[in-house]
Amino acid sequence: MMEVLDMLAQPAFWIAVLRIATPLILGTLGVLLCERAGVLNLGIEGIMVAGAFAGWLAVYGGASLWTGVLVAALTGAVFGLLHAFLTVSLALSQHVSGLGITLLATALSYYGYRVSFPKVSTPPTIEPFADMDWLAIPVLAQQTPLTLLALLLVPLLAYVLYRTPLGLAVRMVGENPQAAEGQGVSVAAVRTGAIVAGSALMGVAGSFLTLSAFNAFFFNMVNGRGWICVALVVFASWRPGKALLGALLFAFFDALQLRLQQSSGATLPYQMYLMLPYVLSIAALVLVARKASYPQALMKPYRKGER
Amino acid sequence: MRLEKRATSSAAALVLAPIGAVVFTLLVSSVLVWWAGAAVTETYALLLKGGFGSVFALSETLTRAVPLILTGLAVTVAFKARLFNIGAEGQLYVGALAAVAVGGMHSGTGFDLPPALLFGLMLLASALAGALLLLGPALLKSRLGVDEVVTTLLLNFIVLLFVSMMLDGPMKDPLAMGWPQSVALIGDLELSKLIPQTRLHTGLLWACALAVVVWVLMRYTVLGFDIRAIGANARAAAFAGVPVTRTVVLVAMLSGALAGLAGAIEVAGRTGYVTLDMSPGYGYTGIVIAMLAGLHPLAVVAASVFVAGMLVGADSMSRAVGVPTFIADVIVAASLIAVLVATLMTQYRVRRA
Repeated sequence: MMEVLDMLAQPAFWIAVLRIATPLILGTLGVLLCERAGVLNLGIEGIMVAGAFAGWLAVYGGASLWTGVLVAALTGAVFGLLHAFLTVSLALSQHVSGLGITLLATALSYYGYRVSFPKVSTPPTIEPFADMDWLAIPVLAQQTPLTLLALLLVPLLAYVLYRTPLGLAVRMVGENPQAAEGQGVSVAAVRTGAIVAGSALMGVAGSFLTLSAFNAFFFNMVNGRGWICVALVVFASWRPGKALLGALLFAFFDALQLRLQQSSGATLPYQMYLMLPYVLSIAALVLVARKASYPQALMKPYRKGER
Repeated sequence: MRLEKRATSSAAALVLAPIGAVVFTLLVSSVLVWWAGAAVTETYALLLKGGFGSVFALSETLTRAVPLILTGLAVTVAFKARLFNIGAEGQLYVGALAAVAVGGMHSGTGFDLPPALLFGLMLLASALAGALLLLGPALLKSRLGVDEVVTTLLLNFIVLLFVSMMLDGPMKDPLAMGWPQSVALIGDLELSKLIPQTRLHTGLLWACALAVVVWVLMRYTVLGFDIRAIGANARAAAFAGVPVTRTVVLVAMLSGALAGLAGAIEVAGRTGYVTLDMSPGYGYTGIVIAMLAGLHPLAVVAASVFVAGMLVGADSMSRAVGVPTFIADVIVAASLIAVLVATLMTQYRVRRA
């Protein structure tokens, strides 16, 4: 017990928490934006892989780090556009389309990696983002600019959603598309825009892994982080502030299990510690289930003039 | 652009749509083959030859198809009732663990039971393990409204860690020289070969038989009718007196059991023991197969053979011309999306708004 308290007192622990949380914050905001507009986006897992790969490849090819982030966002946006075409224009099943996009984006990224680097055994590396030493805030100074970006996006998205006509339109098409259409809002346009923007955020979330957390691209590097984001959005009741809280809470437990695993008193098999974040995610879903306020039109395809 | 429902869709269109979609996918994917610097026609010819071109190739493809048929059926049953079971991967692994627990532990004595009885017990245990794993998410969905997609997805990761724990601990094979693999199934329980000197085993017959059973169940029984009614409109089904919760629970048990059996049959027919990489995502590929098959149990068999052929063919093609094997995954994923769109076009026509 003392050991745990000791650990929590160290800044290194909180630095790790914020680092683990960053891709989750970005990804969760992306999912949140899509779902607020009424569309589930299970493409996130694959879009994160594609963002991680495309952003890294651009930087490896000589582009600047921020260009890499932009490339990752654009890659995410392209897959988002495909998801929007399938789920909004054609009103296909959001579950199936999203899973299809995850499989396609993952396969394309792995294929692209193997074509670009046919015979490497150790992954080629880049020079990733440096810490923000110029910042006088402890813990945040040991993070890269992408973490700052993620933290700033939380109030920005909250402002857009709750304080602007655009945000109102997004929430309207997610709650009651018929009524929105009646008010002269184009459901298709707003949903498409939200999916494209949300998917771009997912791409950036992926790029954090290759441009900041690590300096190379590996297979299976996303490893379920996308699915965690989908769970976090439910936990957050579709609110950006709570999404930040959820991501930090998840990262806290993930960092904790990593430390406990390595601590001298570890008696349980290491797999039990690794399970902890996933088990907690499910537990959180169960806890909030009763009062979850889903966007009313979530997962309901909307065809104009059809009931 | 606006979609308008067609009054009727022709039977020819329904059959031709998926085939056309796959051909379209192959044409688009040829850009990727060209990017890898290989001759497109030669690559595709090798892909087909590697998957279907000889008795050996065909036997490998059918061997690969066995678990895919079973996970494809598992997904089909669940999706028909709008229970989005994305956890077939985890259910396969617990099924495999249960099979070894019954048929391999206790120093390979097999409880001194006659092999036929032990074999039945083994299948029962793996089906039950898969069913129970899906029962949790299904109950959480119907009782508390917890989305089953996320819970089944997360369970896959938990199960894989659990398998890893078992392979390090109680089910570890002490003779495996530190390789993470479980103790082996006793020899009596291994499935016999369908064609000598190949890996093709009688699991194929089990899988095909189960496809017929599922088809009959969906088509000709009250349960099947209830499942289809819930899939079409759960609220209307409830008004009409369909016991929705009970049916969804039964569907979950059935779906989980089929995926669990995939694990048992893989162990008994191919590997002989459980490893952490015994399934390269068969559970997830099962979703693709179910959708390619339009959620029809018999079409699942055909879709599985197609997907298995692509995966097997990609291995030998890659060795010959150096196009990465991931091309098969790209083709399979893109086919899924293309088939979805093509099938929709058989029911709707595009009109200018």
